Amino acid sequence: MQFTLSEEHEMIRKMVRDFAINEVAPTASERDEEERFDREIFDQMAELGLTGIPWPEKYGGIGSDYLAYAIAVEELSRVCASTGVTLSAHTSLAGWPIFKFGTEEQKQKYLKPMAQGKKIGAYCLTESSSGSDAGGMKTTARKEGDHYVLNGSKIFITNGGVAEIYVVFARTDLESKHKGTTAFIVESNFSGFKVGKKEKKMGIRSSPTTEIIFEDCIVPQENVLGEEGQGFKIAMMTLDGGRNGIAAQAVGIAQGALDAAVGYAKERVQFGKPIIANQGISFKLADMATNIEAARLLTYQAAWLESAGLPYGKASAMAKLFAGDTAMKVTTEAVQVFGGYGYTKEYPVERFMRDAKITQIYEGTQEIQRLVISRML
Amino acid sequence: MHIQFTEEQLLLQGMVREFAEKEIAPFVSTMEAGQFPRHLIEKMAALGLMGIPIPIEYSGTGMDFTSYIMTIHEIAKVSPTLAVILSVHTSVCTYPILNFGTEEQKQQYIPKLASGKYLGAFCLTESGVGSDASSLATRAVKVDDHYLINGSKMFITNGGEADVYIVFAKTNPSLGSKGITAFIVEKNTPGFIIGKNEQKMGLHGSKTVQITFDELRVHESQRLGQEGEGFKIAMANLDAGRIGIAAQALGIAEGAFLQANAYAKERRQFGVPIIENQGISFKLASMATQIEAAKLLVYRAAYLKGTGKSCSKEASMAKMFASNTAMEVTTEAIQIFGGYGYIKEYDVERYFREAKVTQIYEGTNEIQKIVITKHL
Repeated sequence: MQFTLSEEHEMIRKMVRDFAINEVAPTASERDEEERFDREIFDQMAELGLTGIPWPEKYGGIGSDYLAYAIAVEELSRVCASTGVTLSAHTSLAGWPIFKFGTEEQKQKYLKPMAQGKKIGAYCLTESSSGSDAGGMKTTARKEGDHYVLNGSKIFITNGGVAEIYVVFARTDLESKHKGTTAFIVESNFSGFKVGKKEKKMGIRSSPTTEIIFEDCIVPQENVLGEEGQGFKIAMMTLDGGRNGIAAQAVGIAQGALDAAVGYAKERVQFGKPIIANQGISFKLADMATNIEAARLLTYQAAWLESAGLPYGKASAMAKLFAGDTAMKVTTEAVQVFGGYGYTKEYPVERFMRDAKITQIYEGTQEIQRLVISRML
Repeated sequence: MHIQFTEEQLLLQGMVREFAEKEIAPFVSTMEAGQFPRHLIEKMAALGLMGIPIPIEYSGTGMDFTSYIMTIHEIAKVSPTLAVILSVHTSVCTYPILNFGTEEQKQQYIPKLASGKYLGAFCLTESGVGSDASSLATRAVKVDDHYLINGSKMFITNGGEADVYIVFAKTNPSLGSKGITAFIVEKNTPGFIIGKNEQKMGLHGSKTVQITFDELRVHESQRLGQEGEGFKIAMANLDAGRIGIAAQALGIAEGAFLQANAYAKERRQFGVPIIENQGISFKLASMATQIEAAKLLVYRAAYLKGTGKSCSKEASMAKMFASNTAMEVTTEAIQIFGGYGYIKEYDVERYFREAKVTQIYEGTNEIQKIVITKHL
């Protein structure tokens, strides 16, 4: 077992860290306040090659691996969790299924512009009555000659409204629950595709989360992703990798919060000494740091397994479960370390705490992660 | 030994609960948008809620301390914002004057505070002193028959909206905590400058401001207690303040729990209400148990305080445990709502944001642990 990262990985980390500090961090809190997505940040990530990290060069990527991608999401999330999830949903949830299941034409037509960062991708599975029970979805896709007609609506879609390419799951066979779902690649300019309301959220506020509505949406049959009836399997396999992106996001959020808390604890003087001189504070920070290390190792392990072509479903569920819980605990304590200041918007830690919560919920709630893990024991 | 409320307390509880559900609930979102609930405070005043534990001879409602705590608890279930406004007003502004004021000061201020005509605030914290309160830097210099106060305070709840402020300043910097004196300062006194309202994670309808004293001139008759008694006054009232915050935290936890419990029974996935999964029902069971324990700690502290017994340890335990409970319960409550718990259309994320500050103000939980340790 190797515990050092390659030079390439360290280079990517440094490159993304510098970018995050210089270009993303300065506007993070105002973008959060204004609930504003900044396309320019995504364009800058594209220029740095960050929007297609794991994809081969022939598909517009930089031909690196899932570990480099996890590192990139982590470093971005250290300053702005919204930017982290923008990249994660784009790469893992939209890019990966096309990479794994797409035809050569689909990869050239859709994966390449996404990898190059010319287009943003999104993933449409959740509906108002089917969250954890994804198989209970109601959006339908009716075959008509050389195309399908989609009807229904999806909710809580990350990158909704800013993405041009959507991987959408719909029922092609209403009789069969899991084997009656098909995946489609839908472009935002297809007739019948509508972006619905944008949610007002507690955190990750500069990542747009919208409803997507299909009203007799016409999707050509060459946009079927994989086989008819293979949709549920594709959705679930996609989430295996996606949850590792979220694990990386959670690690980044936690690290950002820890760094801020340690810095403050060393500087803030009360009772004649820096507050870190109190075991009540230093022991807290030690626990936080330890949990983040463990979360990071779990995340990197899952990414390494995926890159090595080995089974990674249990590892990524464990990473997401542990990292999400770590982010929630660490950020709650980080606000505590800052005292009253931690509760104000002048300091970033309350944003980190608001951002952390969603990592316990999306891409499979912690409860679903436990189901996934326990089924593999 | 168990919690049994008297008939009078139960009547009050029913009245406050109904008031909260009917009159306060519709304004929760405007408070969230940052609006200070002046008209709700007026309604509470009309119901006698702004002076519950204050003696009738000072225009209070003359009920006991437990009744006051129960009121904060019930209001907090719907609006933690209104609960903290009330708690600060009574626990750490009205009480200090009642307990340490001269008869003139009591006559001048208590009836107005207890009737809700005046709102109160408490000014101890500064930018450089939070937990280390006795190191405060605001200075009060005696000049003939008055004091000149210079300095500034931070994070003042009800700041700007309050009419009366208990202000703590050093009259003798060489004496540490024994050099602090308390003053009653009225809002429009020249040199009393209300600064910016902090943008916070939650409790948006509660003002939290900076206050600057620029050659603030305060007559010696406004001094509360003796010179050098200020720190003792501050600490003496923190018990009541802590039990009030403990009650607020308890209300937050309960409010969130009730919503999560109801949702878990209705929301169906995989063909069954989600509460049928042990992963959810066991969570709710743990949350409910913690809330019960917090409730017992809070009402025990209230009982001790109300019967005149010393209760610093119990007050600190209640505050620490109830606030930790609020934080844990609200974190899980959002979880139970899934994605819906994260969006503002649902109420539960608000409780989460409100819970956090209860672990921090009126003595961080780290300070509570120090207090408790002293009594072990």
